[in-house]
Amino acid sequence: MPLDRKIAYIDLTTGDIQTKPIPLDVRKKFLGGRGLDAYLLYNHTEKGCDPLGPKNTLMVSGGILTATCASATARTQIMANSPLTGLLGSANMGGFFAPEMAWAGFHHLVIKGKAKHPVYIYIHNGEIEIRDARDIWGKPVTDAQWAIRDDLGDQEVKSCVCGPAGENLVRFANVMTGIKNSGGRSGMGCVMGSKNLKGVAVRGTMDIKIARPTEALEYNKRFIDQIVSAKVNQTQGVLGTPFIWGATNSWGGIRCRNFQYNQCEYADDIEPERIDEICEETMGPYHMTGCFGCQVHCRAQYKIPEGPYAGVYDEGPEYTSQGAFGGETDTPRAITVLTGNHLVDKFGMDNLETGSLISWAMELYELGIITSKETDGLDLRFGNDDAVIEMIERICYRKGWLGDALADGGIAASEKIGKHSFDYLIQVKGMSNLHSDERATPALALNIATGSRGSDHLRSRPAIDLYHLPEEVLRKIYGNPVSYDGPLSSEHTEYIGKPWQVFWQENCYMGVDCLGICKYHTTFLGATLPNFEDWSKVIYYNTGLEMTPEEIWEVARRCNMIERLFNLREGLTRDDLKKGDMLNHRYFDEPCRRGAIDVVGKMIDKKKFIKMIDEFYEHKGLDQKGVPKPETLEVLGLENEPSHLV
Amino acid sequence: MAKTLYIDYQKCTGCRLCELVCAVFHDGISNPARSRIKVMKWESEGLYIPMSCQQCQDAPCMNVCPVKAISRDEELGRIVVDYDVCIGCRACVAACPFGAMNFNAKDKQVFKCDLCDGDPQCVRFCEVKAIEYLEVDDMSIYKKRDAATRISVAGKEAVALQAAM
Repeated sequence: MPLDRKIAYIDLTTGDIQTKPIPLDVRKKFLGGRGLDAYLLYNHTEKGCDPLGPKNTLMVSGGILTATCASATARTQIMANSPLTGLLGSANMGGFFAPEMAWAGFHHLVIKGKAKHPVYIYIHNGEIEIRDARDIWGKPVTDAQWAIRDDLGDQEVKSCVCGPAGENLVRFANVMTGIKNSGGRSGMGCVMGSKNLKGVAVRGTMDIKIARPTEALEYNKRFIDQIVSAKVNQTQGVLGTPFIWGATNSWGGIRCRNFQYNQCEYADDIEPERIDEICEETMGPYHMTGCFGCQVHCRAQYKIPEGPYAGVYDEGPEYTSQGAFGGETDTPRAITVLTGNHLVDKFGMDNLETGSLISWAMELYELGIITSKETDGLDLRFGNDDAVIEMIERICYRKGWLGDALADGGIAASEKIGKHSFDYLIQVKGMSNLHSDERATPALALNIATGSRGSDHLRSRPAIDLYHLPEEVLRKIYGNPVSYDGPLSSEHTEYIGKPWQVFWQENCYMGVDCLGICKYHTTFLGATLPNFEDWSKVIYYNTGLEMTPEEIWEVARRCNMIERLFNLREGLTRDDLKKGDMLNHRYFDEPCRRGAIDVVGKMIDKKKFIKMIDEFYEHKGLDQKGVPKPETLEVLGLENEPSHLV
Repeated sequence: MAKTLYIDYQKCTGCRLCELVCAVFHDGISNPARSRIKVMKWESEGLYIPMSCQQCQDAPCMNVCPVKAISRDEELGRIVVDYDVCIGCRACVAACPFGAMNFNAKDKQVFKCDLCDGDPQCVRFCEVKAIEYLEVDDMSIYKKRDAATRISVAGKEAVALQAAM
């Protein structure tokens, strides 16, 4: 069977390295990628371990399909106990790292300990080496990667690294690869930094066997045709993800001035078409780029057109950068978004968290909760472009009182600031929400409240809920691969049936994360895109492993449950505003002030919202406290965790 | 008339799907080291250039081969290696000015683009058409059209500029 991939256990304290094959029964239970990482995290970390201490374990992995002949198997998964939230830390990124790691002989790394001085790990055709990185420490994200190539004398090496933000233990530092690809949530780069680990470099020319090459190739072609036939992906391929920001902003689903408004006005300069114009002017007509094996090519290339960074090349900006440095801070200027985007890429920190925290600080400043004393004289009013750019650098290098405070994340900063500052912080489980506003969309509100890594759209967002699909279409999507005959509603402002949609999406996204493919290749933004049934075939053709769609669904449920178990072990309680499945009071108290007719005036009905959570727990097999029922664990085969199978 | 690969590197998004499908089609294995085509990258400039065999008319690999294992297949317009004759000396690898002749250390064989016997998989899978399979004598027509479009656009812009002044 072609599934002969390995896990490497690397102890940075002792330098001990061990490699093991991944047993088939473990594969069948957790598939790979994020799912298997969650199992490893639960088994290889102790309860309450210090996220910044040597006992925290950092997982770096590819999915079961990584480097096979499936489409877009580019994602690298990174997992650890999060230094931002103290709960599950999990991030994933595109690029070319995970496939190269697979060709170098490994699908999973389990990294423990702390090196005595800065090091990087080099993996080459089955060999693993820990190398000195003292000369590379301090370098920005891309410079560090090029320095590793020079050190190894091989320009084909791919690496994932932390930037200065990770080294400075900014709690939301990224792990990054290439120019732009960011494992960007919950501070995985900070864990790297805490271990004195600058990065992991890989280079491989080992074979990945394909079980049925002809079928795999032909199915990949079919899969790609389906992917690129979706209008949403065609638009992504031209305008990149900024088109999503443009569409949702015009409708009123974007946070502006932290949480005061749900639409950013006078935003012509950061509309997707304007961004595209700049990309075309600076990079020519063909300025889109893609991750490994992906035909969506959703990332633009640009050079900063003016200002102190004029002429600097970068990629993006993602819609998250538009939201973070344009909308939330009410600085809708292309130059600010493009420069901000470049700085977070260079420093290696999460654009979502950074923009959210800056806009939160701006609101506090305007309310007088913080003053020019805390900002060291910086005029931190909304709309001040220079202040946004300045704050990014201050956070990365922990400059000034506020820069240092924000670098520790929102909750820690709110405890330092005091004076009800926490009430204004838009976060769940200690992680800031992205730039979107969910007050008019209960399904999306439920998604961010219950996400396993905190407030996030990529864990369970039923984005297609906004399309008003006819109920029979919804039934077709949400009634497979397990049947569902409860209520469903095409109306996005409704509360009916949404818990099932969120539950279904949670399993769908866990599925893609176990496979190692991108969410743009499944039921995320496009209702016609492949999921469980197609995956069953892709897995079989590529690896020879026979899994029914129902079995893949079970795996996804199991892996989500392991993440839940981890969070519960680390202190998640249902209604805890800092560590639970609960939203900031503003979602329930402040109506939307702008937007289309179906948005303006909307806020979340708390009673109905709590009922949604009850129902969501029911679908997941949790009791009303959010703890798995014994029979659920038994059905999922998790009654004996931690079971230490690998 | 024979067809050949026409690579417009400006359109390349750098995804390397061509490398993947090339290896799987020929060897049934995923491994870019087995691919006949390779995307060379300058990531810090966003520049990606797919490199493959040019199927040269006066092919250095063919000329340098000491045992005459390399010949020209006129029907498909390609240079082919006869593995029954090849001694694996790698003189062709050294001679190719494009780096398009490769050597596989596992199978101990040289290998190169064979145009997939007339249905190149890199072309089939490249949605952005950075690689096309075109009649050899048509290739310059496409380049002429591109160049002419640029001249025409520049001309119109010059007229508009004059009118504005």
